[in-house]
Amino acid sequence: MAQTKTRKKISKDNLTAIAFLLPSFLLILVFVYGFIGWTGYVSLSNYNTIVPDFSFAGLKNYIYLFNDFRFQADLRNTLFFTIFFIGLVIILGLGLSILIDQKLKGESFFRNVFLFPMALSFVVTGVVWQWLLNPSTGFNQFLSIFGIQPKWYTDTNILAGFEWGSIEFGLPVAILAVVIAAVWQMTGFSLAMYLAGLRGIPDELKEAARIDGASEFQVYRKVVLPMLLPITVSVIIIMAHISLKIFDLVYAMTGSGANFVTDVPGVYMFETTFRGNYYANGAAIAIIMLLLVAIFIVPYLWSNRKGGQ
Amino acid sequence: MVSLQISKIIKYFILIFFAVLFLTPVYVIIVTSLKPLDEVSLSSMWALPSSIDFSSYAEAYSKLAPNLMNSIYLVIPATLLSALLGAMNGYVLSKWKFKGSNTIFTIILFGMFIPYQSILIPMIQFLRTIDLYNTIPGLILVHVVYGLPITTLMFRNFYANIPDAMLESAKIDGANFLGIFRHIIMPLSITGFVVVAIWQFTNIWNEFLFAVTITTSDQQPVMVALQNLSGSQIVQWNVQMAGALLAALPTLLVYIFLGKYFVRGLLAGSVKG
Repeated sequence: MAQTKTRKKISKDNLTAIAFLLPSFLLILVFVYGFIGWTGYVSLSNYNTIVPDFSFAGLKNYIYLFNDFRFQADLRNTLFFTIFFIGLVIILGLGLSILIDQKLKGESFFRNVFLFPMALSFVVTGVVWQWLLNPSTGFNQFLSIFGIQPKWYTDTNILAGFEWGSIEFGLPVAILAVVIAAVWQMTGFSLAMYLAGLRGIPDELKEAARIDGASEFQVYRKVVLPMLLPITVSVIIIMAHISLKIFDLVYAMTGSGANFVTDVPGVYMFETTFRGNYYANGAAIAIIMLLLVAIFIVPYLWSNRKGGQ
Repeated sequence: MVSLQISKIIKYFILIFFAVLFLTPVYVIIVTSLKPLDEVSLSSMWALPSSIDFSSYAEAYSKLAPNLMNSIYLVIPATLLSALLGAMNGYVLSKWKFKGSNTIFTIILFGMFIPYQSILIPMIQFLRTIDLYNTIPGLILVHVVYGLPITTLMFRNFYANIPDAMLESAKIDGANFLGIFRHIIMPLSITGFVVVAIWQFTNIWNEFLFAVTITTSDQQPVMVALQNLSGSQIVQWNVQMAGALLAALPTLLVYIFLGKYFVRGLLAGSVKG
């Protein structure tokens, strides 16, 4: 008797639990998955007009994009932006966190200095760095002492470029200016992650390695870095998805640039959809962005899902 | 001993070098925004002002004030609602797991990584249909919905640290789902709410893509207004700098006074429990 009573109560509680979760779950189903489906549908239509036209266009918009000079430039820029951005955020975050973790005086001051840009908007960052990396002022006033005057985001050079498709493929120098601003803003993230990781490594472990005769460099290479690997994976995934969908920083700091040297898919999508009324093209760009992000995120979420059980 | 001293000096040197680099933009913002108009020239960007002049702040504030208010009307309800829903979801997904609940969690979580461009066109059509396009409530709705994944994740990780034994003994005492939520979980959630609220406040305040596509002119939050200010050719850049500082001030203050919780949110949102 008592047994059935508890069971009944639990099942009633389970119903309440589902009622708690259901509104949010339905919202996500509609607003995330439903809307993505809708965007996919728009991307296959002829809706490149002010008046909606949902007639089926097949892959026309995607084919247009992959032959489009601007979109090819966007993919090139995103590739190089992502590589440099993630690389620098990891190297700086790891290096600075190891230094901060050395029990030096003033560690909380340093931590706060490297972390505060995380609290700012990409728009603020863009507005400020646009002036700092302006070719005729900012850092160039110091660099002129050494006789160098980089053109920063106004540079139209493509390093090691060669013809590929309709663009010159290579490193667009101008994108490095955007990388600097983005690294300034996001290094705090990897720094905080690595600091948490370093604090989690027991001192005995490092001590044991030292007793075995390992130099300080070897302690970090053989003991500490391998233990930080899962954090590095998380940082790469999270920075990659930020980098692939970046919009506000570029929009506020440089815009598309001459020859689209600083253009990214996020900016193209915004301008073509909301300034040009090319809804189907914009939707196609959005779907491509989503697929690029999904390549990183889906395996990550999937492996975490198993790990969480 | 000597080599130890030298290595310490090198470490300090590197840290100080990067600290100076990281603070450079702050120096430029403050110095420029305090200059009187006749001292603002491209060639003297780094020079200190000869006298302190707040007229750039006055001008920036007069341009941004209505948008600052819009941001406040947006960020408070959106933060509270998304935190509350996140707490409800996190409670179920950590303490009332059922068959498939981990899958549901993953399905929800995916929403935090999508590029919002991929839902923007339908979202705007939807908001037009329900007459919330170009309104603050429309923007609140958007931020609540797309804030759900991160707030759910944070609360789920937070509640995972509350021992199950506490819930079990409450169940034996006859407490049900809602009773446990109200009398055990909620009182223990204060830190969780602070962390999540700070995170949501910062993100919603700083957000730009939804703000610029869903609202126009007098409904726009402050980040869009700041972007318009800097895009305009006629606005002097001392005013732009003052505007940037004004727009950044609320989240900066939160960081300065509650930085510990901000970092906890940052970590809670990135590592899954």
